[in-house]
Parts: sequence; structure tokens; C-alpha cells
Amino acid sequence: MFFRENGQFKSTYRADMQLLPIVQDRWFMLGVIALAFLAVPFVATDYLFLSIINPFLILTLAAIGLNLLVGYCGQISIGHAAFMAWGAYAAYNLVQRVPMLNFLVVLVLAGLIAALVGMFFGIPSLRIKGLYLAVATLAAQFFTDWIFARVKWFTNYAHSGSVSTAPVTLFDWTLDTPRDKYLFLLGVLIVFTLIAKNLTRGHLGRAWMATRDMDVAAEVIGIRPVYAKLTAFGVSSFYCGVAGALWGFLQLGSWEPLAFDLNLSFSLLFMIIIGGMGSILGSYLGAAFIVVLPIALNQIPRKIGVPLSTAMAANVEFMIFGSLIVLFLVLEPHGLARLWAIGKEKLRLWPFPH
Amino acid sequence: MSIPRYAPVAILGVLLAAGLVAPLATGETAPGFWVEVLIGGLMTGVLYSLVALGFVLIFKASGVFNFAQGAMVLFAALAVARLAERMPVWAAVLATVAIMVMLAFIVERIVLRPLVNQEGVVLLMATLGITFFLNGFGQAVWGSDIYEINLGIPREPMMVLGKVFEGGVLVNRDDIAAALAAVLLVGALAVFFRRTATGRALRAVADDHQAAQSIGIPLNRIWVIVWSVAGIVAIVGGVIWGGKLGVQFSISQVALKALPVVILGGFESVPGAIVGGLIIGVGEKMAEVFLAPPLIKAFDLAGGGIENWFAYVLALLFLLVRPEGLFGERRIDRV
Repeated sequence: MFFRENGQFKSTYRADMQLLPIVQDRWFMLGVIALAFLAVPFVATDYLFLSIINPFLILTLAAIGLNLLVGYCGQISIGHAAFMAWGAYAAYNLVQRVPMLNFLVVLVLAGLIAALVGMFFGIPSLRIKGLYLAVATLAAQFFTDWIFARVKWFTNYAHSGSVSTAPVTLFDWTLDTPRDKYLFLLGVLIVFTLIAKNLTRGHLGRAWMATRDMDVAAEVIGIRPVYAKLTAFGVSSFYCGVAGALWGFLQLGSWEPLAFDLNLSFSLLFMIIIGGMGSILGSYLGAAFIVVLPIALNQIPRKIGVPLSTAMAANVEFMIFGSLIVLFLVLEPHGLARLWAIGKEKLRLWPFPH
Repeated sequence: MSIPRYAPVAILGVLLAAGLVAPLATGETAPGFWVEVLIGGLMTGVLYSLVALGFVLIFKASGVFNFAQGAMVLFAALAVARLAERMPVWAAVLATVAIMVMLAFIVERIVLRPLVNQEGVVLLMATLGITFFLNGFGQAVWGSDIYEINLGIPREPMMVLGKVFEGGVLVNRDDIAAALAAVLLVGALAVFFRRTATGRALRAVADDHQAAQSIGIPLNRIWVIVWSVAGIVAIVGGVIWGGKLGVQFSISQVALKALPVVILGGFESVPGAIVGGLIIGVGEKMAEVFLAPPLIKAFDLAGGGIENWFAYVLALLFLLVRPEGLFGERRIDRV
């Protein structure tokens, strides 16, 4: 980078273990956060908030959740939109049935309910692993799709099967403009990112990573697989549950079970593949990529004067998605986060690499 | 006293069999209708088996969990349907065979070869990429409407066993053709695997990659062959399915049902794919017809549709008692 970290010595364990050990990194991060809180709300338009920034924030949260499970604990899931659905419907029912609850409490409770469901569907992971587990998680996806489409109690006997929500009020702050939603989402995401980052650095995260790298060996050195795998499923579903509740209440407003179908699960998976498995930063990059790509694909042909029909645009999007995934796996299996790290390392020595 | 190893499987089997005959035992269901549902389930099962067969072939030979099999079925069906508009059906099928072999070459060259020695999960995700690409590419090239494949089989159902059951049993002719085609295909595959040098090489690779390579079997060529064979299986599945339901995008979704089939039967087992397909097919049809109405009544549901998840839950239950599937190989983990 265009700065040097020489002369920054760590003289305490605290200093050695802090999140961003380099002074410049800390200032950079603070700058980014300040920019996000103070500059973006005044610069971005409503369209930008609604179609790019807010979905990006929510899906990042979900991607972090999935990354904790797949990237850190090595338990692959192709049904994670199901847990988002559980979070969304849990939040809906809580708001409907217990109206005096604060939305923050609702969010946490929705996350907890999703975590319980996630741990239930995680039980097979104790017996089966790898590809078998991947298929087993599809059971969660299809069962969830069905239960919210068919069991009327969950949708509060809504006629069309779709549910709709009123704007969220936090204390005296009504989140009705995209900008308000953005500020709230940003706060939630920062808190959850910090928690996730610290979880993965701590005891639990190490247990997960040991299980990922070799579960039998992890068991031998005293990590209980039940504990490691079920906590991973629980925490991951908690994140997705919260993300699902936010997606329902702050992004969609009204939704039906199809909003959380298999395609969303695949999108989440692609985010962490493209962004980088086992990396929190990767969840951000991947989510940004997946959110922006369809919009870019929609806009670019129009800009350069070759308008595609909607169907053709969808097909081209499929093709580009598919090719990119293969390309990433072949060229850089660790995703955008790894590219970022490589770039940083190169810049650190630049312009005198020797 | 120790519980025998097969006890949980036996218990689950007995439960399933009991569920199967329960509608008959209550006496509310006409036996003829029950047989019709059973046959319908078996026919759906045959289709699942055909897709599952493609999975198993590729998994055996290359250890790749080919998520793209469903997309390959759709792609093949679309190709046959659209080509058949310009040429006779047999020519269209031949042309599609050529296309699928070409596809196998491309997949091997671009996806598998660079990813050799990667973990199974990475390969699974690569095939997810292939799935998306094929779905987009197929519909971009061939169009995304609903197309028909006309195989020249009369549509009206046949009445059989009129003497045994009151009212007889209705059977679709194309279902019978599908079952016959499936039997022929499995027979041909069995001969191919047992009697030809290539087939033996395939089995050797499936058994042990390194050993096979060390005696001079070219892995890359084997992969091309096995993906081609899976492509041809996909054509058969796609043509039968397309002839029945019309060629449309939902085929690639329905083909996901082949996943519970392979976990039920075991990833490495061809007979497992067949038996698993039949169990899943019958199980979900029976569940939809006989189990859904009482469920709807009991829980006040907004309609049935339990066949969407029944297969997965059945497979999941099965995995809990027997993680390697019906005919799968037992794995022993070592540090």
C-alpha cells in the first residue's frame, strides 16, 4: 500500500490480538464507516437505496450467516433461504400477535426461532457429511416452502397466502423512507459483522474450522462434533433468520413463500463462492457482486444500444452467472476476498518488490 | 442383547410397506384405483431413475456430484424438440447425441481438467455453475416456450386387467414405452460396463482413480466418455419426460427429485438408482393421494402438494438410519 507499517510494535497481548492491528487499517475502516453513515445518506438516491444498497446490506448479512456454516464449519447447505423464510415469518407472526414488542426484540426472537429450526435440520449433519448433507438441506428448503404456502396459521389466514407488513417503528423512529431503512440496516449489519468476526476468531470459530478441515481429527483432539456442527447451524440460521426478517419487513414489505425459494438459496451460495468462502469480507464482496450483476446486465446492453428482451436478458444472466462460478472456481477458488488480499500484499511491496 | 445392524432399515421398510397397504386395509379405496396410483407412482419412479442414473454414472467414474444432470435433461429435451421441427425425430435424436458428446468434451476440457484433485464440494459447485450456464444457454439457443416431442405413441390410455378389478385399470401407452426404454437402457449400460474394454476401464476408474491411472487408463478420456454416456441417458430421460409433460423449464426443477433418489439408493450404485427411483416415485404418489387428504383435514391446510417435499424427507429419514444409502459403499474415516 502507499503506507508502511514499520515502527508499529505490539507490546501487549491485547495489542497483538486486536481486530485490525495496523493503525492505517483502523483509520481506513473508521473512514469507511463514517462515509457510510455520514456521506452516503446524502448522496444516494432513493432508487439506489431500494434496488442496490439496501438489498446489498441484507443479503450480506445472510451471506455472512451462510459463510459461517459453509466457509468456516465446512457443512454445505443449499437450502439456506429456508431459514430466511423462518425468520421472516416468525417476525411477521410476532408483530401480528404480540404487537407491543420492540422491533429489535422481534428481530432477535425471529433469529432465535430460525436458529432452532436450523439446528433441527442440522441434526442429519451428525450422521452424514459432504454431498449427502447438501441434498439433505434441500429437504429443509422444500419443506419450508410447503409449510408457509399451506399452513394457514403462519400467514395469519391471509387470503392470497401472501403477507404484508406495516412500516417498522423503532421507539419513535418510523422507518418509512429508504434512507431510514438504510441507516437502520447499516447499524444492524455492523453489529452482526463484529459479532461474526469475533466468533470466528474465538474458541467457537476454531472448533468450526477444525471440523471443516478434518472432522475425525477434530474429534480426536477433543472437539465434540455435535457441539461444533449444531452451533454452526444455529448461529448461521440465526443470521439468516434476522436477514430474512429484515428482507421481509424492510425490503419487500409484503411477500409470499416464493420470495424465499431455492433460487435465493443458490444466490446466497454463489455470493460466498464468488466472494470467498471462510471470509467475512468475502461475504460483503460476493453480495455486492450478486446484487449489482443483474442490474448491470440489464443496463449495459441498453446503454450500448443493443437492448435485450427480458427473457434473453434472464438467459444471458444465467449464462454469465454459471460461467463466472466456474471461472472463479478454476482461477481463484478463494474468491474476491483472496484477490483483495493478494492485491494488498502486492501493493505493500510496490514499487520495490525486492 | 445387541441390535442387528439391519434392524433400523428393516423397521423403516416395514413402516413403508405398512403405509403402502394401509389405504387398501381401510377398505375405503377401490383396489383398482390403488393399483392405478401404484402404477402411476412406478412410472414417475422410472423417470426419476433415469435422471438418477446419470448422476450415479458420473459420480462413480469421476467422484463428481453432477448437479447439472437435471439441466442436461432439459437441454437435451429442448434440443430434440426444436431439431425435430426441422427433421425426423430419429435424426434429431442422433444430432442431439452429437451435441451431448460435444458438451462432454467441453465440460471435461474447461471445467473438470483444471479442477482435478479438488474437493468434492468444489466440484459440486462447479456443476452448479454448469447448471446455470446450461439452463441459460439452452433457453437462449432453443427458446424458452413449451415445446412438444411427438414420438408417435397414441395418447389415449389403455384399459387393462378389466377382469381382475371392477372398472379395470387405466394405463398410459407412453408410460409403458417409457418403462420399456428404461429397461433397455439399463440393459445396454450393463452390457457396456461388463462386456466392453471401455466399460471395464470405466469400472476400474470408478474403483480406484490412481490404480487405474497407473495401469495406463487415460482419465481424461474416461471422463469424456462417462459424461457422454450421462448425456445420452439425459436424452432418453428428456425425450420421455418431454413427450409426457411437454418440454419446459420445469423439467430441470423436477429433475432435482433425482437427488433424494440417489441418496436413498447410494451414490455409487446403479441398481440403487433404479430401486431408489421406484421407491420415491411410489412413495410420493401414494403420499399425495392417500396421506394428503387426511392431513389437510386434520391441520386445515390450504391444499396438498406434499409430494414436493415427501421425497426429501423420506430420503432424510433413510439417511439417519443408514447414512450410505441402500446400496452405497460403507465409508470408513481415518485420520
